[in-house]
Amino acid sequence: MKRFIGFITKEFYHIFRDTRSLFILFGMPIAQVMLFGFAITNEINNVNIAVLDKSKDATTQEIINKITASTYFSNKQFITNEAEIESAFKKGNIKAVLVFEKDFSEKLIKENKATVQIITDATDPNTANTVNNYVSSILQKYQQETNKNIKPIYQIVPQSRMIYNPELKSVFMFVPGVMTIILMLVSAMMTSISITREKELGTMEILLVSPIKPFQVIIGKVVPYIFLSIINAIVIVLLSIFIFKMPVQGSLFLLAAQSILFIINALSLGILISTISETQQTAMMVSLMGLMLPVILLSGFIFPISSMPVPLQIISHVIPAKWFIIILKGIMLKGVGITILWKETLILVAMTVFFIVLSIKKYKIRLE
Amino acid sequence: MSILIKHISKSFKDVTALKDISFNVNEGELFGLIGPDGAGKTTLFRILTTLLIADEGTAFVANYDVVKNYKDIRNHVGYMPGRFSLYQDLTVEENLTFFATIFGTTIEENYDLIKDIYVQIEPFKNRRAGDLSGGMKQKLALSCALIHKPKVLFLDEPTTGVDPVSRKEFWEMLKRLQQKGITILVSTPYMDEAALCDRIALIQDGQILQIDTPKEIVKHYPKTIYDIAASNMYELILSLNEYQYNHSVYPFGEFVHYTDKRDDFNPEDLLKFLKNKGLKNIIIQLTKATIEDTFMELAR
Repeated sequence: MKRFIGFITKEFYHIFRDTRSLFILFGMPIAQVMLFGFAITNEINNVNIAVLDKSKDATTQEIINKITASTYFSNKQFITNEAEIESAFKKGNIKAVLVFEKDFSEKLIKENKATVQIITDATDPNTANTVNNYVSSILQKYQQETNKNIKPIYQIVPQSRMIYNPELKSVFMFVPGVMTIILMLVSAMMTSISITREKELGTMEILLVSPIKPFQVIIGKVVPYIFLSIINAIVIVLLSIFIFKMPVQGSLFLLAAQSILFIINALSLGILISTISETQQTAMMVSLMGLMLPVILLSGFIFPISSMPVPLQIISHVIPAKWFIIILKGIMLKGVGITILWKETLILVAMTVFFIVLSIKKYKIRLE
Repeated sequence: MSILIKHISKSFKDVTALKDISFNVNEGELFGLIGPDGAGKTTLFRILTTLLIADEGTAFVANYDVVKNYKDIRNHVGYMPGRFSLYQDLTVEENLTFFATIFGTTIEENYDLIKDIYVQIEPFKNRRAGDLSGGMKQKLALSCALIHKPKVLFLDEPTTGVDPVSRKEFWEMLKRLQQKGITILVSTPYMDEAALCDRIALIQDGQILQIDTPKEIVKHYPKTIYDIAASNMYELILSLNEYQYNHSVYPFGEFVHYTDKRDDFNPEDLLKFLKNKGLKNIIIQLTKATIEDTFMELAR
């Protein structure tokens, strides 16, 4: 036991004396959560639009007011003819142009029909689509309001309700993903690097020729990072609760327990990586390519798994992050408990045991 | 018998590192393994310290089999690898404490063993190991290898890259450790250090050339050696190489060590030859063979 404590003390010296990795360790989570929370977002806010109003009557004025009154759009400029549309887009600060046809009100009354053209800048397809939808829905609402007194022949009214994230805040979707990435990165990459560093610097040679047992070395390497990862998880959850007003519907205790389970899973992956790589460089590359990319692309964090081709869906099953994200979303947004999440938890436990057994088997007690 | 090596062979892919090595090291002996880089010294050390498994042969260290009883060996030997292998970001004291702890002991418990060495680095005990000079690093590494009072000490090229004064001090320390009953196997590429060992094994290309005490090894040298000097060393070596009766020509400090093929060699003949070559201030004198000469002769 004394040996073990001595080993852990040494590990903490390594971590706290390496200011660069310490910075990565604690700076990265905060930076990532902020980035994903504020900058990378699917919502639209204050999109600049331009208006080409050929009729300039009461109705068009009212519609323009309605649109610019929302927080989504702000009217940047009025255009006087069609030729200016192109140059307005090319300047780049306009995302959409609304074109009202001539004699808008008149046509509406006489022919019961008038057209508004929505031209969007589709270099960014997501935004273009969203802008289009938002403008269309504002127009529809306006139409309904003005037609209140006239009884239509028949009408289907969709009543949609968004649950769990009624304001469609994308930060709610990103927080579980970012938390997964960071725990994976800190736990797996940092441990694999710290074990391969011993190999690279030759200290592993001395450790091998000493009475310290392989499992003591492995656990001694892992314990400090469990602590650091738990601190990271707490920081991320606090940031998301206090800055992004993200609710935690389920039990905090379950959230903590599941996070620790995932941390241990990632750590065991890190140990596995260190047993197959000889240098810190390889360990880092394997961690980045082998862990980060699947976590970002195949875990359902950014791209929904259900819309992936079948082979990728199958691959996604073996990615621990996928199950952890399901668990996180379940606990934080839906407030479900272990009775619902037992299957995902069991999968994570099984994966962890598998990785640990494999890495102890692969851990070399000699140099070759 | 402290170390017993029987017919050890080891290859890496297509390179044979050790070929049928056998020798013994007695208890309390300071045994030197002398050979150039790539001779197989490190591989042999790694086999004896249980880090590698030999392809053929058996070996025992402190009466433990290096394969079957590897755990016992790891408790009872001290190992100092050729490359500086301590934690550079830990201080001198932290390194020593760490190694004491993992061997289940404390600095205080075995302080008398490392005292002579440690007092020299104690003034720097709060300095990080990475900031120490070469000689200091070696002293720290030796302290760490000794802290658990090992029965057998393995030192793989401990003085490579260390200044001459520190090298001398280091060997004095080894002598003192030997008096405390520790068996020491040390490897070195420096022939002058070989003379300080009780017995030495000359090793090249994975084969033992000869094993004996340094004095006996030199005695076995079959030829008469002459020190030759001239005002132009480069011209001298060229000329000696041209001389049809030369057996060996090796630069050795300020002289060239020369041996002749003939048994009835007369230095006057050579003097004449060299004078004809236009060399000046020629000195030819008899000298004693060194371990280096023996090694060169055996390695031919």
